[in-house]
Amino acid sequence: MKRNLCFLATVIGCYLLQSTVFQYLQLAHIAPNLLLIVVVAIAYIRGKNEAMFYGLLCGLLMDCQHSSIIGIYAFLYILIGYLAGCCNKLYYHDDYTIPIALVAIGDIIFNILFYVISFLLRNRTDFFYYFRRIIIPETVYTVLISIFLYKLIHYFVTNIENISRKES
Amino acid sequence: MKHKFKLTIPPRYTLAILSFVCIILAVVSFKYKDSVAPVKTLVGSVMTPMQKGINQVGSFVHSKTELITSIEKLTKENETLKNELNDVTANNKVLQQEQYELNTLRELYKLDQKYSSYPKVAAEVLERSSNWYSEIKIDKGTRDGLAVDMNVIAGEGLVGIITEVGYNYSKVRLITDDNSNVSGMFLKTGDTCNVNGNLKLVDSGLLNLNVIKKDANVESGYEVVTSKISERFLPNILIGYVESVETGADKVTKTGYIRPAVDFSKLDTVLVITQLKEKLLDEAPNADKTSSTSTPDSKKN
Repeated sequence: MKRNLCFLATVIGCYLLQSTVFQYLQLAHIAPNLLLIVVVAIAYIRGKNEAMFYGLLCGLLMDCQHSSIIGIYAFLYILIGYLAGCCNKLYYHDDYTIPIALVAIGDIIFNILFYVISFLLRNRTDFFYYFRRIIIPETVYTVLISIFLYKLIHYFVTNIENISRKES
Repeated sequence: MKHKFKLTIPPRYTLAILSFVCIILAVVSFKYKDSVAPVKTLVGSVMTPMQKGINQVGSFVHSKTELITSIEKLTKENETLKNELNDVTANNKVLQQEQYELNTLRELYKLDQKYSSYPKVAAEVLERSSNWYSEIKIDKGTRDGLAVDMNVIAGEGLVGIITEVGYNYSKVRLITDDNSNVSGMFLKTGDTCNVNGNLKLVDSGLLNLNVIKKDANVESGYEVVTSKISERFLPNILIGYVESVETGADKVTKTGYIRPAVDFSKLDTVLVITQLKEKLLDEAPNADKTSSTSTPDSKKN
């Protein structure tokens, strides 16, 4: 319960930061994808089901705010949650390289699929331009942020679990 | 709360179900845009005040970090100031020339008067676009009399069009957006053209230009304004200046680039023209609505 509230607050907080503060701190006109970090982190720490649930939440939030058709972001976040959740078996509480690698891979997959759905289908065929100009910078920026954000989320999760363990 | 509920469904079925839900959502939201709009508006209305607050914090932090970095910058700046002074004086001369040019152009086309005759509402930019879309969110909505399809300008030129309105916010699709398509007109010749945004031109800040007539006489520097035949854009709003033109690969149309009159990287306040294109048409024939509804019937008959 507490953990879910905490995740919910993180999702909303990250969405707000992503849409406001990080638009000021853009590098090369690109803002990082904080919600993806949250979804990947939840997937890595907690597993597929929870990640898909929060992926749906993040996706709907993005859909309602940024796209005319509801469902595209939701589907992508759910998919990333599922894929990253496959690595839940490898979860080890002191390991920071795997989640960050997952964020990088996840962000690339996310953006490639997004490109296919909303650009390639409109006959914007120059994939390498979009890859170089948008996907790569976003991935790099997101990975940089994820180094800090993953630690924060991980800290939340472990501490809340400790507290609830003590209470029970 | 006490015991964790365990899902007996394997995750891959959950994935399939949720993906299916997403697809249904996409279809529903595409087909029934109007009925989905309230949900979007609700989310927007909840988020807007929070974004406004964080924006203030963000700009505060931004200004503070600027302050810290500015100390380092100041020493460097001091060195470059002398060079800059020379540049500035040269620029100033250019600007004066441009000002003179602008004044003469204004007099020629009386653009200024046309703009000032429209009722306008000033709005602040709350949120900039995501990486793939060029959209902004502004802090005025239905409360201030805005509606979908209202034109948004900044300074001299066209910024975009309102695509979504909430109570205290609205979304503006910029003309630089990949989906944007504005029908324009060369002020000098009256030839029509299409102005499209393209994400590939995000760095250069240009827009795509498609001239419909192959033999249209177009030179770089021509002014492009919104056309009279546009359905949603008011006529004669400056879009930008032709950067370059060439005959397209299909040899049927001319293509080229337009430099927009608005600097989109420094957009913080915009003006919304609260007059819709339809109203302009409706004004003269007042009985137009009744006749337009009756004409399809008479056609059927």
